[in-house]
Amino acid sequence: MIEYLDFHLPVLTIVVPLIAAPLCVLLGARTMAKLLSWVVCWITFGLSVWLVAKVSAVGKISYYLGGWEPPYGIEYAIDPLNAFLMTFISGMGAIVLMYSGPSLSDEVPQSKHYMFYALYLLCMTGLLGMCATGDLFNVFVFLEISSLSTYALISLGKTRRAPLAAFQYLIMGTIGATFLLIGIGLLYQMTGTLNMADIGVQLESYRTAGVVVDGVQGPPHWEGSRTMLVAFAFLTVGLCIKMAVFPLHTWLPNSYTYAPSVVTCFVAATATKVSVYAFIRIVFGIFTPTFAFELLPLDTALWSFSLVGIFVASIAAIYQTNIKRRLAYSSIAQIGYMLLGISMANQHGLTAGIVHMFNHALIKGGLFMAVGCFALRLGSVHLDDWRGAGKTMPWTSLAWATGGLGLIGVPVTCGFISKWLLLTAAMENELYPVAALMLVSSLLAVIYIWQVVEVLYFSPPSEKAKKATEAPLIMLVTTWVVVGATVVFGVWTTWSAGLAGDAARVLLGGGTP
Amino acid sequence: MNNVTPEAMIQICLALPLVALLLVVVAGRIPNLREACTITVSSVLFYVTCCLAGHVFSGARPHWSLGDVMMPGFEIAFTVEPLGMLFALVAAGLWVLTTIYAIGYMRGHHEINQTRFFACFAIAIFAALAAAFSANLFTLFVMYEVMTLSTYPLVTHHGDEKARNGGRVYLGILLSTSVAFFMLAIAWTWSVTGTLDFTEGGVLATAFSEGKISQRQLAILFCLFAFGIGKAALMPFHRWLPAAMVAPTPVSALLHAVAVVKVGVFSVLKIAVYIFGIDLIADTHAGDWICHVAAASILLASLVAMTKDNLKARLAYSTISQLAYITLGAAIATEASIIGGGMHIAMHAVGKITLFFCAGAIYVGAHKSNISDMRGLGRAMPFTFGAFLIATISIIGLPPGGGAWSKYFLALGAVDSGKAFLMGALMISSLLNIAYLVPIPIRAFMAPVETPEEDTQDKHSGAGGWKIKEGPLLCVVPLCITAVGSVALFFFANHIYQWLLPIVQAGH
Repeated sequence: MIEYLDFHLPVLTIVVPLIAAPLCVLLGARTMAKLLSWVVCWITFGLSVWLVAKVSAVGKISYYLGGWEPPYGIEYAIDPLNAFLMTFISGMGAIVLMYSGPSLSDEVPQSKHYMFYALYLLCMTGLLGMCATGDLFNVFVFLEISSLSTYALISLGKTRRAPLAAFQYLIMGTIGATFLLIGIGLLYQMTGTLNMADIGVQLESYRTAGVVVDGVQGPPHWEGSRTMLVAFAFLTVGLCIKMAVFPLHTWLPNSYTYAPSVVTCFVAATATKVSVYAFIRIVFGIFTPTFAFELLPLDTALWSFSLVGIFVASIAAIYQTNIKRRLAYSSIAQIGYMLLGISMANQHGLTAGIVHMFNHALIKGGLFMAVGCFALRLGSVHLDDWRGAGKTMPWTSLAWATGGLGLIGVPVTCGFISKWLLLTAAMENELYPVAALMLVSSLLAVIYIWQVVEVLYFSPPSEKAKKATEAPLIMLVTTWVVVGATVVFGVWTTWSAGLAGDAARVLLGGGTP
Repeated sequence: MNNVTPEAMIQICLALPLVALLLVVVAGRIPNLREACTITVSSVLFYVTCCLAGHVFSGARPHWSLGDVMMPGFEIAFTVEPLGMLFALVAAGLWVLTTIYAIGYMRGHHEINQTRFFACFAIAIFAALAAAFSANLFTLFVMYEVMTLSTYPLVTHHGDEKARNGGRVYLGILLSTSVAFFMLAIAWTWSVTGTLDFTEGGVLATAFSEGKISQRQLAILFCLFAFGIGKAALMPFHRWLPAAMVAPTPVSALLHAVAVVKVGVFSVLKIAVYIFGIDLIADTHAGDWICHVAAASILLASLVAMTKDNLKARLAYSTISQLAYITLGAAIATEASIIGGGMHIAMHAVGKITLFFCAGAIYVGAHKSNISDMRGLGRAMPFTFGAFLIATISIIGLPPGGGAWSKYFLALGAVDSGKAFLMGALMISSLLNIAYLVPIPIRAFMAPVETPEEDTQDKHSGAGGWKIKEGPLLCVVPLCITAVGSVALFFFANHIYQWLLPIVQAGH
C-alpha cells in the first residue's frame, strides 16, 4: 500500500483535490462539503510534504501518466523547485481553509458555501498541477483550471463590484492564457513535442548543431529562429499578465479588493507565484539562460520593469485607504522583487527570487488573514474605521505589525532573507544602482505599512473599533501560525533558503532540470 | 565561575536577557515578583560579564558560532574582543542600576503598561550585548535592527500624539539610514572583500592594494557606514535622538544615553578598526570627510543645546555632540584617538546616565522639566543636584571626572593626525559644554527660589501644594552610585587604557 502510494505520489497530490471538488458539489450540504475539503486539503499537504522529502532524498522524480513514456505521454517531473512550491501552496491552502469558517459565513451566503469549497479545491488542483507537470500543454490546461475557478471565487464577493472585478480579470487572464497557448503552439510546430525537457533539448540542438534536412547537416542557428523568438515573446508576455508585472497588472487590485477575504488570502499567497514558477521553468528549462539573458536582453527588460513597477506600485499603495487594495498594490511591487532576483540569473539572485515566492506567500497570506479578521469584526477594510483597533483587537493588530515588518524586510523576519540575498546578488553582478534603488524602494513599504500600524495603535478609536472584540479563536490561531512562520523562517532558513538554493543550483547547472 | 569556559559565558550572557524577558512576561501580573526577576537576572548578567571580561582582558578571544542557520553563506557568530567587552560591561552594569531606578520612576510616576516596558527593555539589552560580541558585520546588522525595533514601543510608551510623532521620526530615520546606507555598505564590503568578518588589521586593506576599491570609493564607503549607522546620530541624521526623548526617563537614560547610541558609535569604531583597519584609514585619508562632519556636529549640537530650555532636550543635544567625539575618534584613526573613542564610550555613558537619572528624579520629585523652573531646587534636592554637578564635570572633561582622560586622548589623536582645526573644535566644544551644563546645578544651588505669588509662606512647595523633595529612594540611590562611578573612572582610566591597547596594536 505504502509503496503503491509512494510510486503514485506526484499524481495523487493533484488527483485527490480534483476528485474531491465535484464531490463537494454532489454533497451539496454545507457542513459535509466543509468537512470533505478540510480533510482533502490536509491530505494534499501531507502528500506534498512526503513528496518534498522524497525529492530531497532521491533527487528528481519522473512519473509517467498512464505509463505512457515521454515525449509521447504526459510526464510529471518533480524536482526541488516544484516540490518546494507544491508544499507551500498546499500548506497555505490548508491553513487558509481552516481559517475561513467565520469569515466565510460573514461574507458569502450560506447557500453558496458548497460552491466555494468546490472551487477552492479546483483552484488548488490547478495551481498544484501547474507546478507538477513536465508537459507544456498541461501547464496551460492547469493554468486555465486555476484561473477559471479563481474568476468564480472572486465573483462570490459581497459587493456588486465583485463580479465586475472578476470579469476584468477574466478578460485579462484570458488574453494571457491565449498568448501562452499561441507560444506553446509555435513551439510545438517547431519541435513536434510538448514535453518541456524534450523541447529544451530540441531547441538546444537546433541552436548548437542545426537540423538535419534530407541527410544533410544544416548550419547551427545561434540566434534561434524567428519562430522561437515569437514563441518566447508570447510566452513571456502571457505569463507577465498572469504574474501582474507592472504595466500588465491592472486586473489585480480590483480582484484582490472585491473578492471575499478568504479568497484573497489564498489567491494572493499562491496564484501569482505559480505563474512566476512557470516563467522560471520556461526561461531556464526550455529556452536556457544563455538564450534569454545573453542573446536577448531579458535581464535588462526584467529589472527595469521590476524597478519601475516596484516604485510605482509602492507609491500607489501609500495612497490607498482601502487596506485590501493597499496590499494588492504591494503585491504588484513584491512580484517585482521576485523578477529582479530571477533577472540576476546567478545563484544568489535565483535563490532570492525563489525563496521570496515562499516568504512573500507567508507574509502576504498572513497580512491578508489579519485583514480578514479586521473585516469580520469591524465590518470594514477602510483605514478610517481601523482607528484605535489596537486596543480592542490587540492580537490581530500585533499580527499585522509583525507581518508588516516582514514585508518591510527587517532582520529576524523572512522578508529580510529575500532582501539580503537579492542585495548580494545585485552586488555580484555589479548592478550597484539596482542594489541602491532596491533598498530605497523597500523603504516605501515602511510608509504604507507603518501608517496602518500608527492608525491602529495611536489614533483615538473609531465607533466601530470601540465596539469590536478580538477575532474568533480559530482565525486568530491560524493567522498567528502563518505570521509566526514569517519569523521562524526569518531565523531558521535551512529549509526555505536551503531548498531554494538547491532549486537554483539545478536550474543554473543543468539547463534542463 | 572558574569551571565555566569563556565560550559558555558568551552563551550565558546572551541567554540571560532572554530569560529576563520570559520571566517578566510570565510574572507580569505581580509587579514585585516581576521586578525582583529583572534585578536578579541583571545582577547575574553583570557578574557573568565581569567574569568574561577577566578572560578577554587577559588575552582570550572566545568565539561562538551558530553557523549559517539564518542566511546561506553568512554566519551568526560572536567573538569577544576588548572594545566589545568594554561596551558590554558598561551596558550590563548600567542595566542593573537602571532597573532599580526604573522601578522608582515608573511607580512614582504611575506609568501604564509596565510589563511591556520591562520586556522590551530586556530585548534591547540582549541586542546590545549581541551587537557588542558580534563577530561579523552581518550579525552586527541584525542585532542593530533588532534594537531599533525593540526600542520603538519604549519610545512610544505613552501612546499619545506626541509619542506617535516621536516614534515616527525615530523609526523613520533609524530604519531608513540603516537600510539605505548601512546595508548597502555591508553588501559593498562583501562584494569587494568576500568576507564580513571583523579581522584584526581590517579586511579592506587587501582589496585596496589589489585595486578592487579606489581611494575615493573607500572614503565613500566610510561615509556610508558613518551615516548609515544612524544610531551614532551624526548630523544631519540626528533628529531621532531628541525625538526619542518623549520616552519615559529610564528609557532615555539607559537607551538613549547608553545602549542605543553607544551601539551606534561602537559599531563605527569597530568598523574603523576591524573592517578598514586604522592604518588604511590613515594612509588613504578615508575618514577625512567624516572628520569635518563630526567636528561640525560637535560644535553645532553644542550650540543647539544652549538654546534648549527643556532639560531632556538639552541633554539629548549634548549627547549628539558627545557621540560625534567618538565618531571623530574613529575617523581620525590614530592609536590615541581610537583609544580615546573607546574610553569615551564608557566615560560618557556613566556621566550621561547620571544626568538623565537626575532629570527623571527632578521630574518625579518636583514635576519640573524646564531648566528655567529649576532655580533654587538644589536646596530641596541636594543629592540629585550634587550628582548632577559631578556628572557635569565628567562630561565637560575636567578632572576629577572620567571624561577628562577620554577627551585628552582624543585631543592627542587630533594632534597626531596633524589636523589643528580639530583640536580647536574640541577645545571650543569643551567651553560650550561648560556654558550649557554648569549653569543648571549652579542656579539650582545659588539662585533664590522663585516663590509662587499666592503661596509665599512655604518656599519649597510647588503648584497645588506639592511639596518638593528628593525623588523616591530607588531613584536617588542609583544616580548617586553612577555619579561616584564617573569620578572613580578617572582613577581607573589606566586599566581601560591597558585593556584597549591590544586593539590598536594588533594591526601592526
